[in-house]
Amino acid sequence: MMSDLLFRFAEEGAVEIGAGGALQEWAWLILVAPFVAVAGIVFFGKRMRYQGAELAVGMMAFVFVYGLILWVQTMTDHVVYENSVVIAQVSESLVFEWGWVVDGLSSMMYFVVGVVGLLVFVYALGYMRGEIRYTWFFASLSLFAGAMLVLVAAPNLAQLIVGWELVGLASYLLISHYWEDKENSTAGMKAFFTNKVADVGLIIGAIALSAAVGSFRISDILDAATHGEGGFSAPLFGSTVAVAGALLLFFGAMGKSAQFPLHIWLPDAMAGPTPVSALMHAATMVTAGIYLMARMFPLYQTIAEAARPYMIAIGAATLFLTGLLALVQDDIKKVLAYSTVSQLGYMMTAVAAGGYTAGLFHLFTHAFFKALLFLGAGSVIHSVHSNNMSDMGGLRKSMPVTFWTFVIGSGALAGVFPLAGFFSKDEILGTLDHEGYQLVMWIAIAGAFVTAFYMTRAVALTFFGEYKGHGHPHESERVMTVPLVVLAGLSAVAGFVNWPGVYTGFTEWVGTRALTMGDHHPEALDLRLAAFGTAAALLGIAGGWLLYGKDKESQQARDAFWIPGLYDAFKAKYWLDDLALGIVALVKGPSARFVNWTNNVIIDGIINTVGVGTRWLGKLVYGRFDQQGIDLAINAAAAGSGAAGGALRKLQTGRIQQYAGALVVGAVALVVGFVIFTN
Amino acid sequence: MDWFDSGWGLSLIVFLPLVGALLIGLIPRSNEESIKQLSLVTTLVVAALSVVAAFRFDYGSSAAFQLDTTLSWIPSIGSNYHIGIDGISLPLLVLSAVVTVLSVIYSWNHWDEPRNPKAFLILILILEAGMNGTFVALDLVLFFIFFELVLLPMYFMIGIWGDKTPMVVKLGSYQLTTETRLYASIKFFLFTLFGSAFMLLAFLALSFEGGTFDIPALIDMGASGAFTGTFARLVFAGMFLGFAVKVPMWPLHTWLPDAHTAAPTVGSVLLAAILLKLGSYGFIRIAIPILPEEARAWAPVIAILAAIGIIYGSLACLAQTDMKRLIAFSSVGHMGFVMLGIASMTEVGINASIIGMVAHGIITGLLFFLAGSMHHRYHTRDMAQLGGNMKLLPKIGGILGFTAMASLGLPGLAGFWGEFWSLIGAYNPLSGLDVNLFRGTMVAGAIGTVLTAGYMLWMLQRVNLGEPSAKWEGHEMHDADRFELAAWAPLLVATVAIGIYPRIITGSTNDAVVALVARAFGG
Repeated sequence: MMSDLLFRFAEEGAVEIGAGGALQEWAWLILVAPFVAVAGIVFFGKRMRYQGAELAVGMMAFVFVYGLILWVQTMTDHVVYENSVVIAQVSESLVFEWGWVVDGLSSMMYFVVGVVGLLVFVYALGYMRGEIRYTWFFASLSLFAGAMLVLVAAPNLAQLIVGWELVGLASYLLISHYWEDKENSTAGMKAFFTNKVADVGLIIGAIALSAAVGSFRISDILDAATHGEGGFSAPLFGSTVAVAGALLLFFGAMGKSAQFPLHIWLPDAMAGPTPVSALMHAATMVTAGIYLMARMFPLYQTIAEAARPYMIAIGAATLFLTGLLALVQDDIKKVLAYSTVSQLGYMMTAVAAGGYTAGLFHLFTHAFFKALLFLGAGSVIHSVHSNNMSDMGGLRKSMPVTFWTFVIGSGALAGVFPLAGFFSKDEILGTLDHEGYQLVMWIAIAGAFVTAFYMTRAVALTFFGEYKGHGHPHESERVMTVPLVVLAGLSAVAGFVNWPGVYTGFTEWVGTRALTMGDHHPEALDLRLAAFGTAAALLGIAGGWLLYGKDKESQQARDAFWIPGLYDAFKAKYWLDDLALGIVALVKGPSARFVNWTNNVIIDGIINTVGVGTRWLGKLVYGRFDQQGIDLAINAAAAGSGAAGGALRKLQTGRIQQYAGALVVGAVALVVGFVIFTN
Repeated sequence: MDWFDSGWGLSLIVFLPLVGALLIGLIPRSNEESIKQLSLVTTLVVAALSVVAAFRFDYGSSAAFQLDTTLSWIPSIGSNYHIGIDGISLPLLVLSAVVTVLSVIYSWNHWDEPRNPKAFLILILILEAGMNGTFVALDLVLFFIFFELVLLPMYFMIGIWGDKTPMVVKLGSYQLTTETRLYASIKFFLFTLFGSAFMLLAFLALSFEGGTFDIPALIDMGASGAFTGTFARLVFAGMFLGFAVKVPMWPLHTWLPDAHTAAPTVGSVLLAAILLKLGSYGFIRIAIPILPEEARAWAPVIAILAAIGIIYGSLACLAQTDMKRLIAFSSVGHMGFVMLGIASMTEVGINASIIGMVAHGIITGLLFFLAGSMHHRYHTRDMAQLGGNMKLLPKIGGILGFTAMASLGLPGLAGFWGEFWSLIGAYNPLSGLDVNLFRGTMVAGAIGTVLTAGYMLWMLQRVNLGEPSAKWEGHEMHDADRFELAAWAPLLVATVAIGIYPRIITGSTNDAVVALVARAFGG
């Protein structure tokens, strides 16, 4: 069976560089436009009428339109296009390139970045009005858009790393946007630093795979991976370097896509303005790891198969364990953050289990409803000036648009038919079932229950009951509610693009290039799994409503009431933050101090002893023997420690010119010597 | 342009600064404007000539020495005035000439006590002659003279214009009270002299054995296996000491944090941007091609010391409270990457080391400029007292943020490629070298990038972010002036340009490096 797949990949996976029309040839424009916008905003933004925001929104509109056209064309013509420009050659054969890929997978990502990006940018016009560093905010957002596009367009792993770390930079800048407060800049550092740790894996993995093949091109690596040529030694399967490389890439993905236990940066990242959380820390940037796994999918399906069990285990742990943490959060953004981590766990589990389409489909639908939920939360926060649900309540009357769109988003996330999340979650369950991971499937179903539960809790605490905050909350302005309505619409219908038995366009779109080798596609909706999934969701909703639907006692008392045993563990986030802080403190404190001590006391102690000792010796020799003809070295050393100090003291008193002059004379002597000795 | 290509071009690049220094010496000290203008014109002309050299250079045969000349110089010992550049030295020569101009521009209205622009600018010009000369010298005696020539001006710069804080050297019951600048300058001088003494011995030994001081001739001999055995081992050891102190490699690095911290701003900039490169350049130009078998034997040692330097330097940075000392220590780590690339003895690794040298020169040079400008305004380098710099000095703060990102190896900026390619080199070193050992050093290097990110971000948090301390209230703070911006802009542009299109450097170096590796190790 596997050999059939290999054959298909060889037939369809080969890339014809440069195939495609002008539309593909000029697709590099969407990679460059954001960086041009960044430069424009940084240098001229403050002088513009809308303080540079117009440049950002205009750029994003361009990316959206171009991405949309590209995707439509990819859907209809199944074009696979790849092009690269050499930027460096560093040996006889190894080259580095910038390039861009237009195929189903990258077009889907262009589209998601374009549509969610545009809506969030527009929303931010209202949300960020009057905020500090407004112009800089839009520059950073544009930087993110550019970096993300560089990442998903990458035809080679080196460019992917560049985009990968640049989105990390944008993330750092935006999380620490309100850096007057040390807490926020620390959250930004935590994100950057955690990702940097994971990037060690990505970089070493990329180097290991590329060194084995002799090229950083992803198509070359996949070609070698699926054909057993290029540097991967026979036998074809189980090659150590391939598995190690694949696992190292996965380690990188664990950082960016917040997989347990490297997810700890994402909840803290909520310190950034809410539009940032919606765009980067929910819809797009954090899916980069999933994207990478999908891009390298044939590797994991063939010689690096052995890596998959570890990935599934991490994915399943992520989806379940972090979902539980969402149950006890008071900060509405943290509920959504843990929910995002949990959903990323679903995606990772799916891709690792062999569900290429399932993982990407969930990435696709999740982008819409999670962006919607974050923007809805932002709308609420904007109105009540607090992140905490204990300051909210009863907002459904004063904020009807936010309320209804939030409910649609929650339903989609919980997997309620016929909203988007239902279809994508069902596809994941179907994949796990078909690939024989029954236990993981049940974990995923249990996770669906948890998801529905915490979303119901959030909706109940925010929009029902009595208002507990200050002032009079009011609905947000149009520039913010319109994106909510559009995203609600997308969250409602996005699932229909992949309805087994009815219409499965999505599978075909992202499946160009035969990346989907070994991917399972059900003929029709599996009613049994759909029933399990729906039951879990409904039970979760019912349970959540029972506990939180009516104002009785404090929210915290109710949280503690129904999860008595584990409540402390959840509140403490499994103590992972303490562990991480402990490690950092150990490196920054004792280790760094020890190194500094060896430098200043041990090594310099030796140096100083030699210096002082030599001076002592010099004095001894001079004093005892009183002779001039002593070896020059001792004189020099003695002069170095003692006499030179004296000479310097003289220099200070204004005879510098003499010495500088002497130097010039010395140097000129060189020239003279050159002239004299020239024949 | 025949005159230019036949050696006059490079000779002017080397000796014009000395002519400028001589002329400045004739101008009365009180006539500051003329002194400044003359030194600016001199360095500008030299930089322009180096750019002309880059245009006259034939990149199709970058492995060959070009724009060269050989004149008999000291026939009695067989030393010639042989100069020329290939693809490896060209980028470093241009870097040296350009950074010197920027230093003069920056100096225009930034003087450390005791001021005296005349003496200071003369020293810069002599320094430039030494630096440029080292990069074009193709004769060991010539190389040695230029290599040593840079010592004196830097020694005086640190010793006279340096940090005047009193300090005490304690050794048990022994106490020596001195000043930071005196201690640092003497340490710098003696340390380097110690290394170069051995280097000189090695050069002399080579010429006795090979019968010439001519570097290309010695390379040819070396490639055909003329130098072997204990002789070669000792010669390599001597060169190693000379070059490793200059780089500096752990554990010979302790002069660096002291010298950097004590030096006046421009001194730190030139020290970091150019002087450190003389050591790593020496490895590539002289030690490896002349003694390839010894280089191969020493490679694991170099790799291990480089890896220790990366981790050690980064950890030491985390312990610093003085901003300038932190930046100084970061050089230990960054030059560790340069040496790791060289140690791999591969084409990728040596390309990595050269682009790494250029990037470090640009980025760390810029960081020292910034640290100097901030010290100028705050009169302290203690990071505990700084903070909120983005509010007080937004331009300087913004540039500091950008440069710190470049320094931590952010992809898309110049610093990334050197580190990345070094790791590639270390992953697959020259055949015959211990792969496991080198992969260990590669992992250490990769962990070093994490630590680098850690101390750079931490520095930014302490210095740039947060609210300014109440201490600075009522102080009038002037953000970057036009001299500062003029000095920094070219470095900022180069950081981005090399990051986006590293071919600016590799287009010059790659053919030369491929030829070097092929000749030394039979490619």
